[in-house]
Amino acid sequence: MDSPRIVVQAEDFDIEAEIARLTRGNSNTGAVVTFTGVCRDEHGTLAALELEHYAGMAESEMREIVTEAAHRWPLTGVSVIHRYGKMQPGDRIVLVVTASEHRQAAFESAGFLMDYLKSRAPFWKKEHMRDGSEGEWVAAAAGDDAAVARWNEAPKRG
Amino acid sequence: MKLVYFAWVRERIGKPEEDIELPPAVATIGDLIAYLKTRGEEYANALREPKAIRTAIDHVHAQADTRIAGAREIALFPPMTGG
Repeated sequence: MDSPRIVVQAEDFDIEAEIARLTRGNSNTGAVVTFTGVCRDEHGTLAALELEHYAGMAESEMREIVTEAAHRWPLTGVSVIHRYGKMQPGDRIVLVVTASEHRQAAFESAGFLMDYLKSRAPFWKKEHMRDGSEGEWVAAAAGDDAAVARWNEAPKRG
Repeated sequence: MKLVYFAWVRERIGKPEEDIELPPAVATIGDLIAYLKTRGEEYANALREPKAIRTAIDHVHAQADTRIAGAREIALFPPMTGG
């Protein structure tokens, strides 16, 4: 696999360009899966989400997770971009792109990467409410750790 | 020792980071959290539920029994909610 692209940035990303990066000059790639995480408005109540991160550890933890994915599946390329700062509903927060020879590895590894990113990468979301009231820090979902544990019950190879 | 705080841990303690001198008896992450809770109401409030606190030593996830000898930077934060 080419060296993975791991980026933490405030700016939006270009999904088409990220796909092209993984397929250009890589004629053995037959499958590309992208996952995009988007800011919801929580049924009209949310004005924005503020993403805080631990600079330095965010990148190194993302790299660890990608390395683990590359051990588990035969990938030809991976890109992970995570944004920080203030997101409006509809804004894109995170992008995972996985490429492989056949589709199963790309599909599965994209799910694995997202599950691990959510519970291991140091990012936190704070809500800004539309009615001006003080928003809460988003609590980790009870299912987040279970989603990670699932991958360790029956390690898969593509 | 440099300590850094994030999200509601940072808000409750009231600062993003600080340098503090640790007593020699503070050997593990668990010891550190117990010690910090004695430093004032804001710390006690932020660290009231040690199970809700995640930690990292020099950018690597740590556990309550992880030893802190040789650490340059220790981070305390809530469970992560990225993605």
